[in-house]
Amino acid sequence: MFSHPFMVHALVAGTAVAVVAGPIGYLLVIRGQVFGADALSHVTFTGALAALAAGLDLRVGLFGAAVAGALGLGLLGRRGRPDDVVIGGVFAFVLGLGVLFLSLYSSGRSGAHGTAGVGVLFGSILGLDAGQVTVTAALAVAVLVTLAVMGRPLLFATVDEAVAGARGVPVRLIGTAFLVLVGVTAAQATQVVGALLILGLLAAPGGAALRLSNRPAVAVGLAAVIAVVSVWTGLIASYALPSMPPSFAVIAVATGIFVVAAAASTWSRGRRRDA
Amino acid sequence: MTATAWSPVDVLREMWSLPFMVNAFRAGTLVAVLAGVTGWFMVARRQTFAGHTLSVVGFPGAAGAVLLGVPVWVGYVGFTVVTGLVLSRGSAGGSAGGSVGREEDSALIGTVQAFALACGFWFVVLYAGLLGGTTSLLFGSFLAITTGQVTFLLALTVAVVAVLAVLGRRLLLATVDPAVAQARGVPVRALDAVFLVLLAVSVAATVQVTGALLVFALLVLPAAAAQRLTARPALAVAMSVLIGAAVVWTALTVAFFSPYPFGFWLTALAFAVYVAAAAWGRTRERAR
Repeated sequence: MFSHPFMVHALVAGTAVAVVAGPIGYLLVIRGQVFGADALSHVTFTGALAALAAGLDLRVGLFGAAVAGALGLGLLGRRGRPDDVVIGGVFAFVLGLGVLFLSLYSSGRSGAHGTAGVGVLFGSILGLDAGQVTVTAALAVAVLVTLAVMGRPLLFATVDEAVAGARGVPVRLIGTAFLVLVGVTAAQATQVVGALLILGLLAAPGGAALRLSNRPAVAVGLAAVIAVVSVWTGLIASYALPSMPPSFAVIAVATGIFVVAAAASTWSRGRRRDA
Repeated sequence: MTATAWSPVDVLREMWSLPFMVNAFRAGTLVAVLAGVTGWFMVARRQTFAGHTLSVVGFPGAAGAVLLGVPVWVGYVGFTVVTGLVLSRGSAGGSAGGSVGREEDSALIGTVQAFALACGFWFVVLYAGLLGGTTSLLFGSFLAITTGQVTFLLALTVAVVAVLAVLGRRLLLATVDPAVAQARGVPVRALDAVFLVLLAVSVAATVQVTGALLVFALLVLPAAAAQRLTARPALAVAMSVLIGAAVVWTALTVAFFSPYPFGFWLTALAFAVYVAAAAWGRTRERAR
């Protein structure tokens, strides 16, 4: 398996994305912003297709749209946490724009471009080259370092916004900065699992970790491990079974872990209640 | 004759001389009614995330149906209703657990959504021939609506609106104040499940016109606009239906005469109405 360079690239890039997606996903879950991440992941789709339609590099659109989307969400919301209906309304429109760019892109050129949308939506982890892998890994390190620096105030602002604000934590700034990190993560992950499936790599490990541990530091680590295990298992499974696309396998494993974690926490809670 | 000399009647006559456009208008109107009514409850109940998840589930539904060779609507309805039940079970378990809050709900909803989409992608890959059709499953195609589909939509619309007419008052009470509703003997949890199933059925109907990724626009935008315009539930539901229908009709007309896709016009128009409603709502608040 490791004799194929594309598999090595996929494993390295997948690991880099997963290490970031796990902790970010956990924080999204405890901040109740999974829907915001959903919106950002769809924004990356529109961004990617806008870049393709304009003849730019796909990644310019991915990251540009994701960061702009994150700043927009931060501005729209009170204290960097926008209302669900507003998010829904805006991103329904953004998706519509994505459709426009898709039609502009695929009608202006030959038939081979017709499937570009599918690649953006569902990812193409096996098509990454060494340069993309390096960029992905570097960005992952940058996001993790930023997260480590702002982790404590972010957690404080999450648990008790009012007290954190009174103690001088810049709640709004931190909320927006966090959304930008989510945007960068979503843009990265789009290359690996696709714009439509990132949500699984964010919500499933985060949700599972929350059910398994009450301690944030432990849960963040758990979420990262669960995400990495999902990516590895998924990649190996799809290597063994080529008819199964890697992004499906990755999300299926993550979903499986989430279900097991939910069942385990329900069971242990039931036991504690009986005792 | 130049294009500027056209009257609206001529425009309609030209479009309606084509049977597929007639079906598109019929289906679009029915879908606007369905999405307007259930969408308003969805917005009022703050279940937009669940609504979006139910919407995208139409994609694996359709892809799975094509793969198995069963009629597409079986896939749509089957997948969305099952997802609706899973989501309502999840939230019911959450509220019973006490310490488990809304956060875990959203993790569940997100996981369900991504898993459903991943399944859809796998079905498409397994079927192999469908890859070009993926875009139309995701973004809809109003050009291929059959008379049979319109009849099916009509039946669904009548059923959903009838159920909501019967349950509406209790559902509204359960939405506004679940504790009071429970004390008055309203089965809050059962209503939640019923509503998610109704939402699922509406989505399954709408998805055939708008595609899996854009159902959500028709579900959330007219309802959100109506919510900004009036606080009275009955009036708001009516407005949401009217806005939805106006948006669909205009989008179909513009898309017919322009090279850009229907999905884009639909979302752009709906969004414009929403922004206008939000601005109007804000100025009215300030005037008070």
